[in-house]
Amino acid sequence: MKKLPGKFGTIAALLLVAGVVLIALGFFADKQRAFFNYIIMYSFIVSIAVGSLGIVALEFMTDAQWSTPFRRISEFLSFGIPFLLLLAIPIVFGIHDLYHWSHKEAVEADPILQGKAPYLDEGFFIIRLFAMIVLWLIFYILIIRNSEKQDETKDYKLLTRNVKISIGFAPVLMISLTITAIDLIMSLEPHWFSTIFGVYYFAGSAVAALSAMVFLSVSLKENGYLASELTDKQFHSMSTLLFGMNVFWAYIAFSQFLLIWYADIPEETFWLEHRMHGSWGVVSLALLFIHFVIPFLILLPGRMKENRLTLKTMAIWLLFAHFLDLYWLVMPNLNKESAFFSWNEIGSLLFIAGFFMLVFKFKADRTNLTPIGDPKIEQAIGLHLHPDISID
Amino acid sequence: MLKKLKEKFVEIDGDLRLEERSNEIYGVTAVFETPDSVIEAAKKVEDYGYAKWDVNTPFPIHGMDDAMKLKPTKLGYATFTFGTIGALSALAMIAYMSGFDYKNIIGGKPFFALPPSIPITFELTILLAALFTIIFTLVVFNKLPKINHPLMETEYMRRVSSEAFGIFISAEDKKFNPDEVIGMLKSLGSNSVNLVYKFATDEDKIKTPIFKPAFLGILAGTAVLTAIITYVVLNYAIYTVPFDWMTNQPKLNPQKMSTLFADGFGMRTPVEGTVARGFKPYESYGKPDSLIRIISNPMPFTKEVFELGKKKYDTYCSPCHGNYGKGDSRLNGQFPNPPTLHSDKVRNWKDANIYHIIVNGQNIMPSYAKQINENERWAIVHYIRALQRSQNALDSDIPVDGNKK
Repeated sequence: MKKLPGKFGTIAALLLVAGVVLIALGFFADKQRAFFNYIIMYSFIVSIAVGSLGIVALEFMTDAQWSTPFRRISEFLSFGIPFLLLLAIPIVFGIHDLYHWSHKEAVEADPILQGKAPYLDEGFFIIRLFAMIVLWLIFYILIIRNSEKQDETKDYKLLTRNVKISIGFAPVLMISLTITAIDLIMSLEPHWFSTIFGVYYFAGSAVAALSAMVFLSVSLKENGYLASELTDKQFHSMSTLLFGMNVFWAYIAFSQFLLIWYADIPEETFWLEHRMHGSWGVVSLALLFIHFVIPFLILLPGRMKENRLTLKTMAIWLLFAHFLDLYWLVMPNLNKESAFFSWNEIGSLLFIAGFFMLVFKFKADRTNLTPIGDPKIEQAIGLHLHPDISID
Repeated sequence: MLKKLKEKFVEIDGDLRLEERSNEIYGVTAVFETPDSVIEAAKKVEDYGYAKWDVNTPFPIHGMDDAMKLKPTKLGYATFTFGTIGALSALAMIAYMSGFDYKNIIGGKPFFALPPSIPITFELTILLAALFTIIFTLVVFNKLPKINHPLMETEYMRRVSSEAFGIFISAEDKKFNPDEVIGMLKSLGSNSVNLVYKFATDEDKIKTPIFKPAFLGILAGTAVLTAIITYVVLNYAIYTVPFDWMTNQPKLNPQKMSTLFADGFGMRTPVEGTVARGFKPYESYGKPDSLIRIISNPMPFTKEVFELGKKKYDTYCSPCHGNYGKGDSRLNGQFPNPPTLHSDKVRNWKDANIYHIIVNGQNIMPSYAKQINENERWAIVHYIRALQRSQNALDSDIPVDGNKK
């Protein structure tokens, strides 16, 4: 098994350091803005780390064969979960800068916030923040340990055990991501609510996690790290899933928009109102085209789903689209009047890239890039898949 | 009738089977047992350079496209075209309907707006893309309405539709040579290689059942019937008044206004001087005592009359006058007690005086004319007389024989 070049780690470390420096400078320049950027960055890392674990669980749950050769890529990315415990700490110190509901005098003057006070409580918020990470961590350890142990023991039972754990993880994932989305992002505007918001964040996370997996799969395959028997067919399946998830995101985003637009109730519309006018309106339109329309048209033809250059480009494109999506969700709460972007926002991008590259490198140096012990791998790598062969 | 129908269907069935074959070869079929063996065989057939051949399997086999060296399908372009037509026609439809034809203000929204149109556009895109791709494929590639094919009704087709995998090489292929093809397929590992012959009648001349007059007649009849029913239902049936189980009747209801007369009353006032059947008016009604016309009690002295009198007296009179007419009311002083009925004055009254007071009332006592009818009044008078005599009995009233009453 080929090891990743040392250069990869160096670049990752440089990116990470540059990111940390920029974020630190951002805190000195404008503390509140830095915290808002931090929320974007934290949500993005949760998207990829937890979303990747979701993809791993999805493979086990659906007994999918085609994705088995790529499973390790998502497993490595989900190694970001343990570091969330560290990354969540700055949020605790930023509650007062971020969240209007954390100011006691504001709550006392506001009957709506008083009604939400039992949930939007500082202590309870911090408990939820870390409880979610602990939940993810438990399932991360359970699933990944079984998966890695199988490389050596080739024990068939580990697979069936992981299927059961994954089924248990599915509702936990949905509920925990909903709570994360409501706590971190939706409560930035505590008067506003949308019942579909959790699904919206989940759909975006699925797109981002899949994009990361697609990008790394194609890159690793091109550089000869993955089995040479893998054909365009597997990449076709992978990009179909990415394409489908992106349409799902658009479906959910539109569902949220349509209901607010149709009902036209002031307590809901004000959130979209300032996002639809001025420079935020441009960002909203850009989000529609960058996150949905352009990737949809590019990935629609079957041949495009097998073209590796297109796939790589669209994967990186969609990762940026998810960043834009989070930026669009978070930043209008800081300044409703106009959109803004400068070096303060770039720090988190660099940090995210460096962080996941390092996480990936760390795991790739210690673990097989292909789950060689998985009984499904032989059929997955074979040229053609027979529907009559199944594992149960 | 049934027999005729049966004959018809048997006839159609006979046409469908097309069992008669000519001596002309249509092609060669070969059956393989496993997906792997058919893929390997397909690769070899492709290598031999045959052009008009196909593989028949019960389910799609991954890798078959590569083995047969098929070009990527162009069906996607057709689907995309139909999908685009669906999206555009949906938008055009909504724009025309809500923007021009039937403008309706809904929640202050613009007549035509993009957001509410998107779900319908989405649905029509999917519908047209899916439906027309299928119809297009069926008509262009399956040549619908032709529903027969020389490979049908063969052992080969029966097997490759369920459990085996087959290769068919057409006789139209330029390289086709029956002996050579059979030998090649056998060498590829097939243990069941067969020749397939063309139909005896020319394929294009066989009438497919859907062009039979009977079927077309039934189809047209159904269409006309459906149209008539739809027309009648939409234009007449939905406007008929539903049966209300007679809950709504043109009658007078108690405590309700009547629209029949101008004054709103349902009952009419009788003409002045009207006398109800079986009712004899009392001449001195409402007149002072002095004007009483002395009449005698018409009721006989019978046990029934006295019992009637007692019953009515106990009901209407005793609450105030007391059970024995002593003026000891049961009302415990809530009303002023009436005088006793055993006074000399009352005992010396004529029966008509008592009758008159029952009808007209006296002092605080109201009229009982409405509660007590004529005969009952006289019966009460008898009973009062009996009460009076019971309280002021003479010696002569005591029977000589003490046992008699």
